[in-house]
Amino acid sequence: MKGKAALLLLVPLPVIVASLMVGAYPLPPDTVLSILACKMFPLPHNSWPAVYEQVLFDIRLPRIILAVAGGIALSMSGASLQGLFRNPLVDSYLLGVSAGAGFGAALAIAFLPGIPGLVQLLAFSFGFLAFFISFSAARTKGETPTISLILAGVIVTALFTAALSVIKFYTDQYRLANVVYWLMGSLASTGWGEVMQTVPLILVGFLVVFLMRWRLNVLSMGDEEAKSLGVNVERDRFIILIASTLMASAFVSVAGIIGWVGLVVPHMIRMLTGTPDNRVVIPLSASLGAVFLLLADDLARSLTTAEIPVGILTTICGAPFFMYLLKRKGGFVWR
Amino acid sequence: MAVIQVSGLSFSYGLDFCLKDVSLEVERGEVVALLGPNGSGKTTLLKCINALLPVKAGKIRIDGIDVSTAGRADLARLVGYVPQSHDPPFPYTVFDVVVMGRTSHLGIFQQPSGSDYALAENALGVVGLSAFRDRPYTQISGGERQLALIARALVQEPKVLLLDEPTAHLDFRNQLAVLKMVRRISAEKGIGVVMSLHDPNHALLFADTIALMSGGRIVSFGSAGEVVTEENIESVYGVEVESISHNRVRLIVPAGGELRESDTG
Repeated sequence: MKGKAALLLLVPLPVIVASLMVGAYPLPPDTVLSILACKMFPLPHNSWPAVYEQVLFDIRLPRIILAVAGGIALSMSGASLQGLFRNPLVDSYLLGVSAGAGFGAALAIAFLPGIPGLVQLLAFSFGFLAFFISFSAARTKGETPTISLILAGVIVTALFTAALSVIKFYTDQYRLANVVYWLMGSLASTGWGEVMQTVPLILVGFLVVFLMRWRLNVLSMGDEEAKSLGVNVERDRFIILIASTLMASAFVSVAGIIGWVGLVVPHMIRMLTGTPDNRVVIPLSASLGAVFLLLADDLARSLTTAEIPVGILTTICGAPFFMYLLKRKGGFVWR
Repeated sequence: MAVIQVSGLSFSYGLDFCLKDVSLEVERGEVVALLGPNGSGKTTLLKCINALLPVKAGKIRIDGIDVSTAGRADLARLVGYVPQSHDPPFPYTVFDVVVMGRTSHLGIFQQPSGSDYALAENALGVVGLSAFRDRPYTQISGGERQLALIARALVQEPKVLLLDEPTAHLDFRNQLAVLKMVRRISAEKGIGVVMSLHDPNHALLFADTIALMSGGRIVSFGSAGEVVTEENIESVYGVEVESISHNRVRLIVPAGGELRESDTG
């Protein structure tokens, strides 16, 4: 069990290397390996066209890094929210992050076009704002019951979705197409700028959730029991919520809405390892989430000449897989 | 000094008072049973002592510390709480559930380590669950679960143990096993115990002191002989009972005409 788990942590490495060989521009795999080797070790420099290095380091590498970070962000926030809300059907978008981010992005695309970075900024801000509205709506008399949070999340999601529809309705066809494309979720326009904007935020959230993985077990026993065991439930839950929202909205702001990763990956880990222990589930979800989104993005950029938005692929792969888990294992992971 | 001191405690849900002017003292190594019909305030009192509900008036001190101002972690090192109904969402192993008792001794970013695991192993041994260590907590019987929760409370290293109807949903054998365990732990570790019970006979058999509750008040408090009398039980529960003695053990049995006669010669 320990060995199998450690092995799963290493899976992203070969997938990252393989992903560097995938793409529209044909790069010979052995040349990719030589370029990598020369970058890492002081080897005699072979000759290859300069464009190879550009494709590799300016186009493919940032995109791969973002896919890895995004997979980690979505699956870890999904896993932590599932624990926090003691609910299997919860994912990173529960508290309105995706609807808020969608609204923010649409606002920038439809009414304030041409300002660099504004789409990302508004998507991130409104994603976070949606979380804060949900959280404050659910908070009464200094307590934030989980059921109120879930309801508030549903309400806030509905409101931002309606506001998004208003924008869609009043904008012209060309901008509407851009809004719709953004909502589908894609990593196609990733450069080093996007990586620099989001990866540090995701790293912060990752560290917090990773360090609190044991607390998450205790919190998943329910508010009253966690309190009895000595947890400051309100404080700790808020920290985990902030960290999860930070990861999810940072990634959504540059990639759009990519669904099902946060739902499918933690379940897969619980089934593979047979344990709900977040000390195992959290790190392995990060690892498998990175692999899942990276492979989905590899497919997105290589299946057809016109790129498929990766959000569509994660849903097409994720939803049936979830159904399979449900049929085959029933609710065993939960009871 | 008493390890639990409750004085003049009042609590209400909305407009209805659920606890009215409750006072109670529990010594180290003493087992106190809360008796009383449903809705008499037993669970509410236990939750108030554990600061899970905010009191309206009165003071609760545990080991001299005011629970209304104590931090959750500080409180958890004083009070082990064994809840009544319990719906675990994830199938953690019995061992993992017991280790959770160490939470209050760990920092927010800390994971349990060797000494925490050793304490958990030891506590599982004390309650006789070592063989169930790696079983999913969701797949053991109600009695075993209750014992696991007691083990979890023990690794908190508390001075006080609160149990909310520890015998509910248990079969006859497990009821006795759990209550015996509670008595033994209280005596061996000098822990003050407060538990709510439904069966007056359990209180007679296993408690040092009994608090009889009705309508949010403690109507009678003292030794078993003083509290569990025919008159008290009849007035609080509204049923006729008789007190009988067998081998120097006193028991309460229902009285009245509608009972089936036993076939003992």
